[in-house]
Amino acid sequence: MAEAEVVAQAAKARESAQAMERVWPVSAEEPQASPVGTPTVIVDDLHIVYKVYGAASEAEKGNAVNALLRLLKRQGRPQMKEIHAVKGVSFVARHGDAIGIIGRNGSGKSTLLRAIAGLLPPHKGAVFTDGQPSLLGVNAALMKELTGERNIVLGCYAMGMSPAEVRAQYDDIVDFSGIGEFVQFPMSTYSSGMGARLRFAIASAKTHDVLLIDEALATGDREFKRKSQERIMQMRKSAGTVFLVAHNLDVIEETCNRVIWLHKGKIKMDGDPKEVISAYNKA
Amino acid sequence: MSQPESAVADAQAGGPATDSLAELARRHGLRRAIARPSLPSYVRQLWARRHFVLKYATSRNVSKYSDSALGQLWQLLTPLLNAGVYFLMFGVILGQQKDIPNYTAFLITGVFIFTFTQRTVTGGAKSISGNLSMIRALHFPRAALPLAYAVQELQQLAWSMGVLTAIVLLTGESPTIRWLLVPVALLLQLIFNVGASLFMARVGAFARDMNQLLPFIMRTWLYASGVFFSIPARVDDLPESLSFVRYVLELNPVAAYIELMRDLLIHEHTPPQWAWTTAIFWAVFALVVGFWYFWRAEERYGRG
Repeated sequence: MAEAEVVAQAAKARESAQAMERVWPVSAEEPQASPVGTPTVIVDDLHIVYKVYGAASEAEKGNAVNALLRLLKRQGRPQMKEIHAVKGVSFVARHGDAIGIIGRNGSGKSTLLRAIAGLLPPHKGAVFTDGQPSLLGVNAALMKELTGERNIVLGCYAMGMSPAEVRAQYDDIVDFSGIGEFVQFPMSTYSSGMGARLRFAIASAKTHDVLLIDEALATGDREFKRKSQERIMQMRKSAGTVFLVAHNLDVIEETCNRVIWLHKGKIKMDGDPKEVISAYNKA
Repeated sequence: MSQPESAVADAQAGGPATDSLAELARRHGLRRAIARPSLPSYVRQLWARRHFVLKYATSRNVSKYSDSALGQLWQLLTPLLNAGVYFLMFGVILGQQKDIPNYTAFLITGVFIFTFTQRTVTGGAKSISGNLSMIRALHFPRAALPLAYAVQELQQLAWSMGVLTAIVLLTGESPTIRWLLVPVALLLQLIFNVGASLFMARVGAFARDMNQLLPFIMRTWLYASGVFFSIPARVDDLPESLSFVRYVLELNPVAAYIELMRDLLIHEHTPPQWAWTTAIFWAVFALVVGFWYFWRAEERYGRG
């Protein structure tokens, strides 16, 4: 990427940041000693750069001669593209916060969550956390060929639960997911709503200090949405900080007390849900 | 630590404009999200995930054959068919090797023992690069993945060993007290496999062309491991100028594990003297180096 472009973007971000300076004044006024006000996550000028493979352009695709020529010319791998997904994000999250992250597709929301969870190393800057933030994303460990029963146990172990904890939680998970006898069938036979419900039930079975939720509530019926929102509220009360990425702005407005608007990897606005969402809708 | 550039960050930090976020983090005892744990605590974390490793390995084995009509029967059929193919090729079509006693058992032992290492190392090389979505979503010591692949192959090996025992008995061997050492030999090989697959997991995670290259490396290794022929008999025929080949073949870890197993199972087979020493040396060396090498990049897995 052109150096000048990055600099120009950074300058623009500073301007907009200064314009937004007073949008989130609460933290400055809160006493530092109270448990509600103490920071749980500090993101300090975070940059995340991704390497993406297999993104060859049309002309280069599947041509061995071109690939060889490129090697000889030392142009490096064309299939490897660097994506600067998060560009200098800074904020402080505190106990009791439920922070919604909104933005268009590709604005860096999911990447930011993964970086907070400590799953993506920062290119520059740092993320400081109190305890271990965890992503509500057990999906990747589940296998769709296996039964719900097996997947519940597998998912719980993948999140680091002990056999005793799994036994204690098992019935709750089945109840909460509401899939009933389907728990004995392979997950590949589930409807998309049932799959989503089971995944959320497994993922939320563990207590988290800092919880990061990425689009978990996109599927499922109205009843399940209500149940999962209740559970997020519970987690927020007991634990501390919840981060929520969703395209459904209603969910964010109902659940969160603060919203961060990401645009092209930078914070465009940060503050009260109503204000930020209305500004986002106008943009 | 770089100073936050935006004014909004300073406002949120709840302090004066000169107070950096890193400073605030230090004051409240917050730690960096990404930091590699020390080696002892890494081992403890890995031990805490032992249930996951076992469950993941079993689940992979179950799901692997879930599409086929015969299902789990393939765990038994795969080694049986393998034995059949190799016996047809090297025992029947290419002709028995007359100077090797009980060539059938000799061959099948070699094939199964080599396959154990080959599959574990190949699986290990893909264990990180093939599970990026899990690595990017969940927190766990990454070594759990190559370990799970090794456990998966160990479960598969249990079936192969059953088949192998049957074949060895059918070819006229009788059980001896030495068979009790079979688990010891397998344990040494398992330790070597874990070490080698941890090493290859890191290589495979960052050098993506490895997965294209690995089949060729494995085939070369197969031919150099004395699966089809007897290494001591072969190296004695070598001309003086090629004596280095002798050392390469004799130092080959898989050759040592194959020779050990043949020695234990086949009565008339005399192993070379180097077998036990080489087997133990490689097990310890591979585990220590492989584990250390894998752990050194712990915080970088999943970056792409």
